Amino acid sequence: MSEVKLLTEFYHLPEYQTLAGYKAKGGYETLHKAFKMQPQQIIDEVKASGLRGRGGAGFPTGMKWGFLPKNGEPRYLLCNADEGEPGTFKDRMMMERAPHQLIEGMIISAFAIGSHKGYIYVRGEYVFPIECLNKAIKEAYAAGLLGKNILGSGFDFDLDVYRGAGAYICGEETGMISSLEGLKGQPKLKPPFPAVQGYLRKPTIVNNVETLAAVTYIIKDGAQTYRKHGTEKSAGTKLFSLSGNVMTPGNYEVPLGYSLMDLIMKEGGGMKPGRKLKAVIPGGSSAPVLTAEEVAKANLDYESLAGLGTMLGSGAVIVIDDSQCMVDMLGVLTHFYAHESCGQCTPCREGTGWLDKILHSILEGRGRLQDIDLLIKVADNMKGKTICALSDAAALPVLSFVTKFRDEFEFYVREGRSKVKGTTYAEMHH
Amino acid sequence: MFKLSDSGLAAVKSELARYEAKESAIIPSLYVAQKENNGFITPDIIRHLSQVMDIPEARINEVFKFYTMFNQKPVGKYHVQVCTNISCALEGGREMASHICHELGVKYNEVTADGRFTVSKVECLGSCGTAPMMQVNDTYHEKLTPETAMNLLRGMK
Repeated sequence: MSEVKLLTEFYHLPEYQTLAGYKAKGGYETLHKAFKMQPQQIIDEVKASGLRGRGGAGFPTGMKWGFLPKNGEPRYLLCNADEGEPGTFKDRMMMERAPHQLIEGMIISAFAIGSHKGYIYVRGEYVFPIECLNKAIKEAYAAGLLGKNILGSGFDFDLDVYRGAGAYICGEETGMISSLEGLKGQPKLKPPFPAVQGYLRKPTIVNNVETLAAVTYIIKDGAQTYRKHGTEKSAGTKLFSLSGNVMTPGNYEVPLGYSLMDLIMKEGGGMKPGRKLKAVIPGGSSAPVLTAEEVAKANLDYESLAGLGTMLGSGAVIVIDDSQCMVDMLGVLTHFYAHESCGQCTPCREGTGWLDKILHSILEGRGRLQDIDLLIKVADNMKGKTICALSDAAALPVLSFVTKFRDEFEFYVREGRSKVKGTTYAEMHH
Repeated sequence: MFKLSDSGLAAVKSELARYEAKESAIIPSLYVAQKENNGFITPDIIRHLSQVMDIPEARINEVFKFYTMFNQKPVGKYHVQVCTNISCALEGGREMASHICHELGVKYNEVTADGRFTVSKVECLGSCGTAPMMQVNDTYHEKLTPETAMNLLRGMK
């Protein structure tokens, strides 16, 4: 086992969910330390740590904070807890097991960037995590950790939870801002970036749950201690949500740069009896799929995965074994993106719909060989042409599945049934 | 004519006062109304919310129709939402969903004759390490099999 639990060390303790339990393990001590620092020192420390956004984009956190205007203009800190990238379930665990860790990270971050109002935008289905957060926020207010003059520092910070209502696109930071403003969750053109013009046109920083939780650790032990883990460009640890056809799926915190195969075989307990590894989606459903041969070369850091033409994304590692039909699995994904496109940009609205229609005509035995190239053509035309990244996220799995497993697609078209399963779509799913 | 209960009205008023932009209260208010109307929203409700919130119907309507957690049709007392996205699909989520429909004798998104159940296939619910799973109303049920899922549902009266 090679887990390095910088953030998740005490997650097994039920009392860690409470203020008393969190404090017993050193909780909120870092906040005292932070209040003795200058806000700029905190920002510099986060910059020096090399922390990159843990929600999916991997953008350097300290640099993002640096885009805020240098004046006293009111600003918001918005925590992105709209965890919706298929395969990802780490933020949910963090909110359930350690809500105070997130709250402490938010207060420290708010102090650093000079924000007095924060929201945690949680996906609507996460009713239990929302309960956990609300309970913890109430405890924090009662203990003087939120509200006016926190711990006598003179710093004020209010924190509220906002419940989403079922829309993947709200995980995109400007879509989230639209949603919080009471609009459809449609992303906005950048620039202006949220740090300049975000919620209610005020400067807004949007950070993922895990990112904000990591800030506490970085301020507690210092950037250099954090950097001891991970690689030069991908510093620290990261939570990986391991799912799919493995023996022991779950969330595992390992240093960035950790071997993908080790995560699957050691932490994940390997494949099920008699099954072989066929493919892995390494960073949530939007990340291009890797073949088993590629997996053997992959490390879990931003650069290694980019080098293999895919991405670390949210850290959702989805394992696919040799009993699975790749045409069938791609059909699951095309359906998802067609369902979740917000409809704003034509290439995405039309493209996701056509990808799904073409894929399902193949699955239902009506496909033509030229449809395989048509999938590639449509997907190619969706990349880099829209307001947000959903269109690219829909195109990339299609391009990688079709290119790397083309024989399965050709067989399906020719025979009208799955090469792997031997059955038709109707037989596979009644 | 739909009307919020006194406590529902108070909840909407408090949401209106909670945010800097009152439109931010639309989503929370739709939740309040949906709960009071047995799980779905009607044009009547939109009209009522529009009056109470002093926000045009069209503004509320566009939000209502955008988000999947607001139901446009009646649902059963227990809304069974089975994840069929990739991690669950790899572990039999789709087969579980069709088994539940078959056992309950109902198609997707319909209400069973006794009004107890509606079964829907939904996108990723963030329960991928404990697949397959279903959400029944607000509660997650994880690490299921078609049989254990049905046993749970049979116990819901």
